[in-house]
Amino acid sequence: MMKHLRTALLASFSLILFGAAQAAESFITVASTTSTEQSGLFGYLLPAFEKQSGIAVRVVALGTGQALDVARRGDADVVFVHDPVAEQKFLDEGHGVERQEVMYNDFVLIGPLDDPAHVGGKDILLALRKIAADKAAFVSRGDRSGTHAAELRLWTVAGIDIERVKGSWYRDTGSGMGPALNTAAAMNAYLISDRGTWLNFKNRQNLGLLVAGDSQLFNQYGVMLVNPARHASVKREAGQKFIAWLVSRAGQNVIAEYKIGGEQLFFPNAKK
Amino acid sequence: MDTLSAALDLVASGDAKLVSIVLLSLTVSLSAVIVAALFALPLGALLAVGRFPGRSILTVIINGFMGLPAVVVGLMVYLLLSRAGPLGPFGLLFTPTAMVFAQAILVAPLLAALTRQTVDDAWREYQEQLASLGAGAAQATATLLWDTRFSLFTVLLAGFGRAIAEVGAVMIVGGNIDGVTRVMTTTIALETSKGDLPLALALGLILVTLVLSLNALAFATRAWAQRKFG
Repeated sequence: MMKHLRTALLASFSLILFGAAQAAESFITVASTTSTEQSGLFGYLLPAFEKQSGIAVRVVALGTGQALDVARRGDADVVFVHDPVAEQKFLDEGHGVERQEVMYNDFVLIGPLDDPAHVGGKDILLALRKIAADKAAFVSRGDRSGTHAAELRLWTVAGIDIERVKGSWYRDTGSGMGPALNTAAAMNAYLISDRGTWLNFKNRQNLGLLVAGDSQLFNQYGVMLVNPARHASVKREAGQKFIAWLVSRAGQNVIAEYKIGGEQLFFPNAKK
Repeated sequence: MDTLSAALDLVASGDAKLVSIVLLSLTVSLSAVIVAALFALPLGALLAVGRFPGRSILTVIINGFMGLPAVVVGLMVYLLLSRAGPLGPFGLLFTPTAMVFAQAILVAPLLAALTRQTVDDAWREYQEQLASLGAGAAQATATLLWDTRFSLFTVLLAGFGRAIAEVGAVMIVGGNIDGVTRVMTTTIALETSKGDLPLALALGLILVTLVLSLNALAFATRAWAQRKFG
């Protein structure tokens, strides 16, 4: 017994100390967003790819801004995020190549079920104007994530200069989608969320979905290979395989199959 | 109540995933304490026994670094291990090795400071005796470390406690990758993010119980060893 234990311990120690060196080509690191991780999509999607390709996918889930920063330092092989503007900038800087659109879902406005600012409906711009006019409690991600970028764009399109009008009603939390939802639930505040994280979120308390279906709320996800010419450590071949699979019929089908409570979370829209 | 039964259910189910997360937590934090102790214990003893310029400043720095924020250590190690950093070519970022590295840096000042204090007390007691035996600084250091080994064991436990409880450093340098670098604390953070508070708390309960049992075991071992070899 003791001998087994010692062997096991020794094995795990040596795995920890030398694990990085071995199995170098059999995995890729994907910098992605909290929405894809926390909505449960990766838990459903990746096993299918790993089984088919033999390549393990290691996901580091961050906000889109942070995920792109990690990739800029060469610490990821693939980025899978949802902020087309920031993604384009990333491509222009020469950090990424071969961007492909993979899927979309939508942002939704979440808020207290009794809706004190009367924003429920289909018009997100009107809803945001009402929230600002009423100074109703609003939680912002404030973390340069894709959802944060979308929120800031929506304020601008709604004709509101949020930097100028924000006061104590606008809570800049600097946190991921889940923590922001927890904060909103505790404060009975409004916030913009991606639909996937909302559907998978369990601590809803008094919150409900108030605005959805506006074309302004479209949320596109894209995937890119980190430029191997810029970062020599990038596993080009394995990364390309993953990207190719995501946009292939097989990958797109798996994305469409992922449902929570009968509701589809992501809609594949790769251009093929 | 929900939480308690959820925790019990989790433990009873012997969930393979949970077991591997717990084992990784233990392995990473134990390794970190061992690695840190290799440097920190001799350093602490040297600070207690040795007389050299800069000794007071070094002592103050090490004492101050006991309060090093985990997230700062995480950030430093991240920048060090990142592909763009000085140790980038080794490809250690987002591996358990990186987590051991970060936690070792985190607990080393704590181990060194507590060791210095322990050895210092013993030094005051045995200084004349050691001097009369003609022991040099190195020999005195080794003797004192050996003599205070039972107290130093508690020092190591304190280091282990700090390592296994932290989340800031392992989150940054490990990346909380499912099945690779996900440990107890980062799992708790993730489940909290998903709003699954009962599950998060249940995991917390398991972590606390684990640390408590480990300490109880260590306490018993120490008492036994002290009776036998003390």
